Amino acid sequence: MSDHDKIYSTKFQDKIERSTVLMFVVTAIAVAIGGIVEIVPLFYLPNTAMCSSALAGSDATCNNTQHKMPDGTVISMDKIVWNPATSAHKTLDEWQAGDGVRPYKPLELAGRNVYIREGCYLCHSQMIRPFRDEKDRYGHYSIAEESMYDHTYQWGSKRTGPDLARVGGKYSDEWHLRHLSHPRQVVPESVMPNYFWLSNGKVNVEETVQTMKVLTIMPFNPIPKTIYTDAYIDGAAAQLEGKTEMEALIAYLQGMGNHIKFEEGVNYRD
Amino acid sequence: MEATQATPVKYDMEVVRWFTIAAAIYAVVGTLIGVYIASELAWPFLNFDLEYITFGRLRPLHTNAVIFAFGGCVLMATGFYMVQRTGSTKLWSNGLAWFTFWGWNLIIVSAVVTLPLGLTTGKEYAELEWPIDILIAVVWLSFGLNHIMTVAIRKTSHIYVSNWFTMGMIVMITYLHVVNSLAIPVSLTNSFSVFTGVQDAMVQWWWGHNAVGFYLTGGFLGIMYYFVPKQAQRPVFSYRLSVLHFWALTFGYVWLGAHHLQYTALPDWTGSLGAAVSLAMIIPSWGGAMNGMMTLSGAWDKLRTDYILRFLVVALAFYAMSTFEGPVMSIKSVNALSHYTDWTVGHVHSGALGWMAMVAYGAMYHMIKKLWGVEKMYSESLVNVHFWLATIGTVVYVVAMWVSGIMQGLMWRDYDEYGTLTYTFVESVSAMHPYYAMRAVGGLIFHIGTLIALYNIVMTVSRAGATRSAGSVPAKA
Repeated sequence: MSDHDKIYSTKFQDKIERSTVLMFVVTAIAVAIGGIVEIVPLFYLPNTAMCSSALAGSDATCNNTQHKMPDGTVISMDKIVWNPATSAHKTLDEWQAGDGVRPYKPLELAGRNVYIREGCYLCHSQMIRPFRDEKDRYGHYSIAEESMYDHTYQWGSKRTGPDLARVGGKYSDEWHLRHLSHPRQVVPESVMPNYFWLSNGKVNVEETVQTMKVLTIMPFNPIPKTIYTDAYIDGAAAQLEGKTEMEALIAYLQGMGNHIKFEEGVNYRD
Repeated sequence: MEATQATPVKYDMEVVRWFTIAAAIYAVVGTLIGVYIASELAWPFLNFDLEYITFGRLRPLHTNAVIFAFGGCVLMATGFYMVQRTGSTKLWSNGLAWFTFWGWNLIIVSAVVTLPLGLTTGKEYAELEWPIDILIAVVWLSFGLNHIMTVAIRKTSHIYVSNWFTMGMIVMITYLHVVNSLAIPVSLTNSFSVFTGVQDAMVQWWWGHNAVGFYLTGGFLGIMYYFVPKQAQRPVFSYRLSVLHFWALTFGYVWLGAHHLQYTALPDWTGSLGAAVSLAMIIPSWGGAMNGMMTLSGAWDKLRTDYILRFLVVALAFYAMSTFEGPVMSIKSVNALSHYTDWTVGHVHSGALGWMAMVAYGAMYHMIKKLWGVEKMYSESLVNVHFWLATIGTVVYVVAMWVSGIMQGLMWRDYDEYGTLTYTFVESVSAMHPYYAMRAVGGLIFHIGTLIALYNIVMTVSRAGATRSAGSVPAKA
């Protein structure tokens, strides 16, 4: 048994192999490093950290946005992220496409819950890459701010169906209704399931209102109380009452990707 | 590996037996769901307008069933088996092991109930809602604690390499599961991730890729390092290579998640860093694969007669193939083509079917003989049939996805002579049909293999039971 005293590797490795505690501790440290290096900076870097804390009024800066015009001048964050304080449109109901990224309206939020429930993200991405063909097919590449209010992001990883990041406004509500109900009646080659039964289900009002409340207390990128005011949340139930899940899902789809007015020649990444 | 014993240790093997049988059953269920959803993509009428069985609801059930039900039961069966035998000791707590068994199965039942109902977090590979997530954390820690404490009370001087990998998995999966599942509940059945957009994406793929790296790779490498030498009756080819393999993977794999987010809204450096480390991972991965393969040097003739060894060796071949393909796909220019396509699906399955399931079955067949004290399986030739069905099924599946994936990628980016996109999206969808059908067939072949395995295992076990009671040996060790 003298074999057990012989060191076949280094002294340190041998020591680790003889000690459960040491093995545990060294492993626990080794596996932690990569994640920390890749994740933590995203909470601080410009263009990924967003500026909803600024909207909330606790901090006046927007993390030095680096979106720049061709001449090098910095684009105001107010043009990227809707800020009721500086925008001409002060409330969510007044908000217009191009005013900047805004939180979801109640019906859209209900629709988003349907989108998540049905696992749409398993076949549809919501992340356009900066390639010529994706621009031609889907539109301007996606930027970080566009999903800043997406608790449980829905970028997806597979395009069995097309990307939906900029599907908003591309088709009529009537088209969406027909397509979602019976996809192959509109697109014969489609492999999407029929979702006509979404027209039978009413949106869950209570859960949607509760969702709005929860989104204002998130530890990272919460929706500012200046946008989801108590009065607005109280009024949400009235907007949701009697709506079907189909109507909600269509509202969500129609609100997708048209928040920012993208300008030619501007580098919105890096 | 195991110190020679004057008096044999009485191991706690009943819980291992149950985990093994559960694994064989869940493999059948998980691959059946996989075949069904693959068929839904080829023939969408199979959704039957039933919300509970649409692709979007069953796909998470498929991934959860194969990864957590089948994979989890294999890892826990082998984890408890190896840690006792390599340490010449009983489990630290047999009672806790039973808690782990029932807890884990309760989680699986919860998944089967909730996912078809559409109760999901919407996080890929982490779809289960928050109450189940808490249960997972508790049960996982019960497994981890029991394993590590059993390592601590071992009778041998050194911790065997398999247990390093299992410990690495226990620690990392705990980190990943806890951080990625952080959410604020809206109700008992609905919650939202505390992270948004960019951060949520990075956390999600840190989880997603490391579930692959530490659970489906690390955990199963632990299995490989025990069962390949055991089955080949040869020592591990190189101890030093296993040291390198372990530490390089343990430190390096963590960085890879970012390669899932190339060209997204994340800063460019994250994807580049992920890709660079991914490429570097070829070296330890291949080192490990070679280490397993070369363990057979001088014993290659055994492959002619030993069907279990065939599973293990082909698994290593798929491991080497997948760990080469993965880094290639993480190269940005390749990723630009492969991302969002079926190529990714094919890559995952060459790993999951070719590597993970094959090594799992090799280990299960080996264990079953020891656990029930039989010389042979009920039918050794059925093991061989299973081996060929598994190999052919995997190859058919992966080839179908390679072709469809690369075709999709090329069709999406193709321009005609007028400078407009050549194909509409739906043209790429209809072009996929034959490959989706082929994939379903490949999956079906693999699934039939799992059925044969289950039959063979059940027959072996019931025969062993009959012999044991006839020989008036106590039924339980």
